[in-house]
Amino acid sequence: MKMKEKYTIGSKVVTCFFVAFCLIWLYPIILVLLNSFRTNSAINMNTFGLPNGESFNGIKNYVTGATVGNYPFLKAVVYSLVITVLSTALILLFTSMTAWYIARVDSTFARIFYLLCVFSMIVPFQMVMYPLVGIADSTKLNTPWTIPVIYLGFGAGLAIFMFVGFIKGLPLEIEEAAAIDGCGPVRTFFNVVFPMLKPTMISVGILELMWVWNDYLLPYLVLDRNKYATIPIYIQMLQGDRGTVDLGATMAIIMLAILPIIIVYLFCQKYIIKGVAAGAVKG
Amino acid sequence: MAKKKSHDSSTVNSQLIRRPIKRWFGLFILPTLVCFFIGFIWPFLEGLYLSFCNFQLAKDAKWVGFENYKKIFASLGTLDLGKVFQEDGLWACIKAIFNGNDFLNAFKNTTFFAVVSIVLINVIAFAIAYALTQKVKGANLFRTVFFMPNLIGGVVLGYVWKMIFDGILGKYSTYLTANSTYGFWGLVILVAWQQIGYMMIIYIAGLQSVPGDMLEAAKIDGANGRQTLFRVVIPNVMPSITICTFLTLTNSFKLFDQNMALTGGLPTKVLSSGQPIFTTELLALNIKSTYEINKNYHGVAQAKAVIFFILVAVLALLQLNATRKKEVQQ
Repeated sequence: MKMKEKYTIGSKVVTCFFVAFCLIWLYPIILVLLNSFRTNSAINMNTFGLPNGESFNGIKNYVTGATVGNYPFLKAVVYSLVITVLSTALILLFTSMTAWYIARVDSTFARIFYLLCVFSMIVPFQMVMYPLVGIADSTKLNTPWTIPVIYLGFGAGLAIFMFVGFIKGLPLEIEEAAAIDGCGPVRTFFNVVFPMLKPTMISVGILELMWVWNDYLLPYLVLDRNKYATIPIYIQMLQGDRGTVDLGATMAIIMLAILPIIIVYLFCQKYIIKGVAAGAVKG
Repeated sequence: MAKKKSHDSSTVNSQLIRRPIKRWFGLFILPTLVCFFIGFIWPFLEGLYLSFCNFQLAKDAKWVGFENYKKIFASLGTLDLGKVFQEDGLWACIKAIFNGNDFLNAFKNTTFFAVVSIVLINVIAFAIAYALTQKVKGANLFRTVFFMPNLIGGVVLGYVWKMIFDGILGKYSTYLTANSTYGFWGLVILVAWQQIGYMMIIYIAGLQSVPGDMLEAAKIDGANGRQTLFRVVIPNVMPSITICTFLTLTNSFKLFDQNMALTGGLPTKVLSSGQPIFTTELLALNIKSTYEINKNYHGVAQAKAVIFFILVAVLALLQLNATRKKEVQQ
């Protein structure tokens, strides 16, 4: 009895401690939200103040931030979405097909390709980025509609690695049964194997989504910045290139950039945590 | 035909599957292979080649041999190391070398940064994970909160924390990029905030796999909390510790976005040779600034990228080796 009581009191203390700790942890995000409604001069005077009658700026920051210069923020959102969705879809479709081929055919070629994929996982982007600029220009891959090809190329390694690992654990009998029933490889893959890949699809999909959505360097180097800025590039331009450091407007845009991520996260956090943790194999 | 059916074996003998797929090479392999060639193999090989060339644009590259690699360390030539050594000893000599060259300075920053963040991130992440696995009410909610910063991109994080640090330092009438110490520790705090949640998830998974009867046995044998932690729990989560240590190590070495957005390498310091050094710059950012500051240094930047690649690759191989060994032991 005594033990149990002690345990509950202790547990309450721990819970209280964690509640406080979590609030501190979330403070930077809360601060962004608060400051996105405050005037620039108020933020510069006291970054940690609350919005009050004098410093409250309404949604003016959001308007300023979204229309600054001659590049509307909405355009950056659309390009970010296009690039992220296309790249992720392309990666999921083609690397899962390739992974199935590699896992099931197991020829010398397949083995070499697999090794090259694993090798590509340990190569930092800095190694390939400057040659990529020239290659993207000469192959016309320098638009939001075609840059997913580069994402597929550079991101194939991790995706193939994860898919091959999963497919090797799948029972061959199911595919053999499908083949005996008259399924060709294409139907076997899309009707039988593809549905079984769902857990890995989710993990790989989340990893690639997070990577492409937050990626700064590849679009910065490959795309024409004045024509096709993505969200990270837009935020960087707000702070750097344009010289006007309106903190209020920057915080408003940052809020708009992270809000969708947080909302999606709250609804599918189970999958996201699992998916991101699955990427721990990545060097 | 006796077929061997073992699911974990890497060779698949089924002709039923193997032959027909091979005929569909063009569908299953070709698209990925072409993209992989464009997005990885070609730029990788060209990158190796260009590191031995003088170029402004890749198409008019001129072979110069090891010239670029020499240029990386050229600023060391202006140092009178012999004199420094005689007057102040070996330690001053080493200091002069690392402070007198932008690449070595970035390497020094990266190494310090890696060591500090490995310790900080892993200790805190493990502590949180350990506490959260002790039947805390609302553990799932806390887990969700701690993991959240991981989803935010590096550029955004950089600007958010720049505002916070400038706000704090402003009270002492200074600012983040005024002093390289602020910039360094600022980056440590930022990255810790971002990555602790991630490592915590891996530690939680590791802690949950510690066999319950082992903990019970320890309790029955009269082990106190501390003994249980150090004698039972930690040895059992060693694989997670290895993974997390190496993840923090490689993440630190490859860090770029956060570094660029937080300080951009500022403040600068001008060497006696006239070359400026960005004092809070890590390796990845150093490569980019080398490329952008001087048009004649594109080859040097690429040579730095090759050295950077070798460093990261060695770390990754060590990681692979260490995690494999741990798996065997289990």
